[in-house]
Amino acid sequence: MLIFEHAHPGRRAHAQAPHNLAEASDLPAELLRQSKPLLPETSELDVVRHYTRLSQKNFSIDTQFYPLGSCTMKYNPRACNTLAMLPQFLSRHPLADADTGQGFLASMHELQEMLRDVTGMAAVSMAPMAGAHGEFAGVAMIRAYHDARGDTARREIICPDAAHGTNPATASMCGYTVREIPTDRQGNVDLAALKAAVGPQTAGLMLTNPSTLGVFEPAIVAIQKVVHDAGGLSYYDGANLNAILGRVRPGDMGFDVIHMNLHKTFSTPHGGGGPGAGPVGVSERLKPFLPIPYVIEERGDYRWAEEGDCPRSIGRLSAFGGNMGVLLRAWVYARMLGRQGMHRVAEFAALNANYLAAELKRAGFDLAFPERRASHEFIVTLKKLKDATGISAMDFAKRLLDYGFHAPTTYFPMLVPECLLIEPTETESKETLDAFVAAMVKVRDEAQLEPELVKLAPHSLPVRRLDDVKAARELDLVWKPPL
Amino acid sequence: MSIPAELKYTKSHEWVRLEADGGVSVGITHHAQELLGDMVFLEAPTVGRKLAAGEECAVVESVKAASDVFAPIAGEVIAANAELEGAPESINSDPYAAWMFKLQPANVADLDALMDATAYAAHVESEAH
Repeated sequence: MLIFEHAHPGRRAHAQAPHNLAEASDLPAELLRQSKPLLPETSELDVVRHYTRLSQKNFSIDTQFYPLGSCTMKYNPRACNTLAMLPQFLSRHPLADADTGQGFLASMHELQEMLRDVTGMAAVSMAPMAGAHGEFAGVAMIRAYHDARGDTARREIICPDAAHGTNPATASMCGYTVREIPTDRQGNVDLAALKAAVGPQTAGLMLTNPSTLGVFEPAIVAIQKVVHDAGGLSYYDGANLNAILGRVRPGDMGFDVIHMNLHKTFSTPHGGGGPGAGPVGVSERLKPFLPIPYVIEERGDYRWAEEGDCPRSIGRLSAFGGNMGVLLRAWVYARMLGRQGMHRVAEFAALNANYLAAELKRAGFDLAFPERRASHEFIVTLKKLKDATGISAMDFAKRLLDYGFHAPTTYFPMLVPECLLIEPTETESKETLDAFVAAMVKVRDEAQLEPELVKLAPHSLPVRRLDDVKAARELDLVWKPPL
Repeated sequence: MSIPAELKYTKSHEWVRLEADGGVSVGITHHAQELLGDMVFLEAPTVGRKLAAGEECAVVESVKAASDVFAPIAGEVIAANAELEGAPESINSDPYAAWMFKLQPANVADLDALMDATAYAAHVESEAH
């Protein structure tokens, strides 16, 4: 039920309304609207009950195990939120003088430095306001670098076929053509195909490591050499940074530019379309091109960098200081963990994933890459089950909801048929992981014995199976009053 | 899986039919629609567009994924199936009737380089490992 459907003409929440409504009498008559805006007319209590009920229907990381993992959002420690909501932060005007905001600017600078340290890059800018925005900034810097050298024949970005769809999309947005290279049977970049693909037209390579297949590229040094020898630059997609945080650094692997999704790796909120934050880190040669805003420290004083500080910058990518509220949460998270704690993030993320993979394998599930050690996530393929019973990965995922587990990522990556991409993250206990394995086994048994039960799942949630085909074919997103 | 013997096929899972008027109709195979799942969107190329062999020219979107459709041979687009754009579910229900666009081939002999039904069946089998 929508909030509009609780509405009643003339009903108000008087206590919430502003006391002094400004007169609009000085506006020209032709600019005044003739009809009332279409807003729900409800009491305060209607609103409270409506949104409380919605939140109770929510299947979330605060209520259930959520094996979408850092791919979507990790658990957000409460302290990050509490401290970022201190009135001293909230009340700060974005245009306030640096003099009156040294504490805030020092926090931002410290976050920049911690991100730089943990990724092994030469410098970091926190300007981008989402992961995709960070990707855009990264490839725009690659382009600015080649352009600055007059090396304008480099028109091609190479992406493995396992890449996130945003990678080729970003390359296109930056005016490049995309060349796709295949993945070998072990889930690695096909090095021979990469060698054949590079040349004087190569601007760079975009790579996720560990890849979307959940495995680490063992030939990363050789890959870097091929790209760099051809005159290209290499881009690290930070989507899977959680797997290696502080243990293996993209800078040490030879990457020239990286974006980090703070909601994936640094526990900031995400969802509902944002806000996000996608800081970028660069190697020494890309440093002049960093986007603003970022914080400069001079003899203990902090201030935002301006255009004049960095004449070769690709420019300003966000107003004021970027998504400062999100950046603050990441700063608190990083401060709470410290360097050692960050190493433990990757250790426990990898341990949990490998434990879960081993237990599911022992229970008879097919891992997509059984000979490979999982990174922080791994892929189970249900192809055999689908062939034998007709139960698809989607049916399976829906039935898991009945057992109180959010579904893992389904049908991504597309390279693996009927796949579940499972990422527990570092915060889950052994008991939770064991309960998840038990539910997986139970659903598989049901698929064989009572397939209809699985096909029609979920049964116990506020809504039953949604018709996603109808929803996509007949998009209906705007509420209209009944005639 | 249905693979009509009278059609030609590409590695990227398009089917191609040579029509009596010398044009060729293009759609995606039964196997391709099965992999993609329930179709929700089709964008066919504009009439008059000249295509090179292998060029991306149409987009299909299912509940699972978006996928490009490629020109099987070089030619000019002489028709786009607007009716199918309004009813993309027909790609699932009858893939070999669901033509997406028609080409006037630059060179009709290019069709000879495409796979026949037997070769395509082997190709599908090899992709399944």
